Amino acid sequence: MNPELGNFALALACCMAAGQAILPLIGASRRDARLMALAPALAVGQMIALITSFACLIHAAITNDFSVQNVAANSAVSKPLLYKITGVWGNHEGSVLLWAMILSICGGAVALFGRNLPSALQARVIAVLGGVAAGFELFCLTTSNPFARVWPAPMDGQGMNPLLQDPGLAFHPPILYTGYVGFAVPFAFAIAALIEGRVDAAWGRWVRPWAVAAWCFLTCGIAMGSWWSYYVLGWGGYWFWDPVENASLIPWLTGTALVHSAIVVEKREALKIWTVLLAIGTFSFSLSGTFLVRSGILNSVHAFANDPARGVFILGLLALVIGGSLLLFAIRAPQLTTGGLFAPVSREGLLVLNNILLCSICAVVLTGTMYPPFMSLLFGKTISVGKPFFDATTIPLAIPLMVFMGFGPMMPWKRAQMWPVLRRLWWAACVTAVALVVATFQMREILPVLATATAVWVICSSVADIAERLRLFRQPLGQSWQRARSLPRAVFGAALAHAGVGIVVLGIAGMSQAAHRIVEVHVGQSEMLAGDSWTLTDVKPAEGPNYTALVATIEVRHNGKLVTTLHPSKRTFASQHQTTTEVAIHTNLMADIYGVLGDKHGDDANPTYVLRLHYNPLAPWMWLGGLIMAFGGALSLSDRRVRVGAPRRAKTVDVVVAQ
Amino acid sequence: MSEQPSSPTRRRLLMAAPLVVAGGVGVGFWRMLSGMTRGSFDPHDIHAPALNRPVPDFTLPDQAPGTGFSAADLRGLKAPVLVNYFASWCIPCVAEMPVLNVLKDRLPIWGIAYKDKPEHALGFVQRAGNPYARIAADHDGLAAIDWGVSGVPETFLVGPGGIIRWHTASPITEAMITNTIMPLADSLKS
Repeated sequence: MNPELGNFALALACCMAAGQAILPLIGASRRDARLMALAPALAVGQMIALITSFACLIHAAITNDFSVQNVAANSAVSKPLLYKITGVWGNHEGSVLLWAMILSICGGAVALFGRNLPSALQARVIAVLGGVAAGFELFCLTTSNPFARVWPAPMDGQGMNPLLQDPGLAFHPPILYTGYVGFAVPFAFAIAALIEGRVDAAWGRWVRPWAVAAWCFLTCGIAMGSWWSYYVLGWGGYWFWDPVENASLIPWLTGTALVHSAIVVEKREALKIWTVLLAIGTFSFSLSGTFLVRSGILNSVHAFANDPARGVFILGLLALVIGGSLLLFAIRAPQLTTGGLFAPVSREGLLVLNNILLCSICAVVLTGTMYPPFMSLLFGKTISVGKPFFDATTIPLAIPLMVFMGFGPMMPWKRAQMWPVLRRLWWAACVTAVALVVATFQMREILPVLATATAVWVICSSVADIAERLRLFRQPLGQSWQRARSLPRAVFGAALAHAGVGIVVLGIAGMSQAAHRIVEVHVGQSEMLAGDSWTLTDVKPAEGPNYTALVATIEVRHNGKLVTTLHPSKRTFASQHQTTTEVAIHTNLMADIYGVLGDKHGDDANPTYVLRLHYNPLAPWMWLGGLIMAFGGALSLSDRRVRVGAPRRAKTVDVVVAQ
Repeated sequence: MSEQPSSPTRRRLLMAAPLVVAGGVGVGFWRMLSGMTRGSFDPHDIHAPALNRPVPDFTLPDQAPGTGFSAADLRGLKAPVLVNYFASWCIPCVAEMPVLNVLKDRLPIWGIAYKDKPEHALGFVQRAGNPYARIAADHDGLAAIDWGVSGVPETFLVGPGGIIRWHTASPITEAMITNTIMPLADSLKS
């Protein structure tokens, strides 16, 4: 376990990935079973080599091997063990290695779990994954080698950015990257299908579980990222339309569209070309996001190591991967046969509408993100696009999306009538109308009111969908229970995921009603916010492992009764000359009480402290909803129908449900 | 619905559209990157909320070893002045100090210590050499919010009458001085 072994394993993985990219493709076109059989073997070998390499880097970080430049620059003896490990991916070089490792694990997963795929398709999918992996590993080896050495080795490292020293951020990158990289698998399936010139229902069935899995990780990753910016940055907000945040939202939007349009391919053999394009687009956006963040083209608070030289390498890689795949698409897609026809009012029709709305939201977010650098390039104008633009463009598209989401799962395929669907949703519509009235009186602003009403609509219609399928209250409970047991898990998964969206939107609407104040107080002084009295009772110094802190005690009382005691603090990291604010949050799941300790003013005899007090209604629902969405996706993944080989039995269940 | 049969040529053109768009975006990125390496393109120079507007209202206390200043001082100016936000804890600020020390003979520089302890800011100026004609202290960073400062170092060129004429959110370089700051400052003098 030393850096040389890690470097060697990385180089070995790169060679294997190159072989994995070329040999199986030749094998598949010549129908050579032996060459095709190399694909899974090479993919697993590459995965083992990269895991070894990554383990070596972690080992170097744990053992304080400061002769490794990356460890010297980002770690220190005094750093807690957990952050020594997680700090490995808290920097550019390590995170690229993590990216490559996750990609190799995806390839290994297709090799191990894709045994029931046709061997030519499997070989091609693995070859495409190998090609992308080879590019990233070459990038890692040449321009950002995590194993580069320094001589003489320093006695101690420089430590990491204190903002990153946080459990939320420690586990955020692996989850987010798994989401990003996971979309490489649907991408590889799309390329393989274009090479073969064939997309059919079976293809849709193979692609969808991989897309859903990647989507679950990306959803979790985005929710964690927004949670992190909520409680670490201390700004009291959750989404700032920062280019880096948008870089993860854009593939999420197209990925969500992909997960839905793949259903249409699977069930009805329609939307095939569109689905292939979405699979290519989603992974392309994932890759471009990485490129934009690392090249320094986009302005962001999450500044990563910006280096135009690295940007040039990634841009070349992007040109090969995205340009190559879109060229293949331009050549082969016109030859793909188009599939089944359907009426505008049908499940397919609503899924098309869902795709159009999701892609429109994606387009406006993309425009807002790319507008400033392109305006600056083309016209030399400096422009900043902020929250007002994104709020004004995305919310009007999101509201109809939510309205149609309520109908979607109830619509029959091919041709449907509105009236029976509406009749089944009557009580959901009533609850929505009540919510609309209540929200109008409570909020008085049009967008939060509409958001609340549509969120309630989505949640109720998800419940109505399940209740309808179970014939709840229309027959004995025992029979409903029987139906629930025979109902495919994918149905529950979809309903949960939809309800999760509603819960997230309720959280966002609640947060629009948040109250906050910035006050300057002496110890013992009280301030009022949102009906609570906040008293600063104490401020004390404290010591951490690699920082000193100032800890405040704030008592929050409602009508004289103690609600909670908050301990926000400010940490000073001597080795980086940096201070971080540690927010204190008390939640009762309906609202967050959120306190931040600001600067100290005045002399030491009679100091005053700046405090930021926030009252955030429904804030926890945003992250809870994100987790529910991801859990819904995971539940539908566990459905036996997604496992190829057992598709028949599900048919009979559908018939029972439809009766 | 979305896949109605259409003429083969139209289909081909439609399928090639993503490639063309991606190619165009790629060329744009390429030009941005090469511009960044040459120094002619700086995406981090986007935020300029105060450009061509009068300096915001503020009064700041003195920061040793200089005397502080207020918005009135800047508005009463007849000649341009460079206002530089800095902090002792900021590494790029250290990096730009040698350049500022050369520039101070050609253009007056007024400094604002951003969220810094007075003794730290004093030590910083003593160590790095003091390019500032006047220095003020923005302890709580409230004046910085009005200036639109997002981080240190940030520098503003304030013309006669206290109008902000130029702004950068990155360390001052020699190239910036010869290409932008001095030509602009000279044109404002006349």
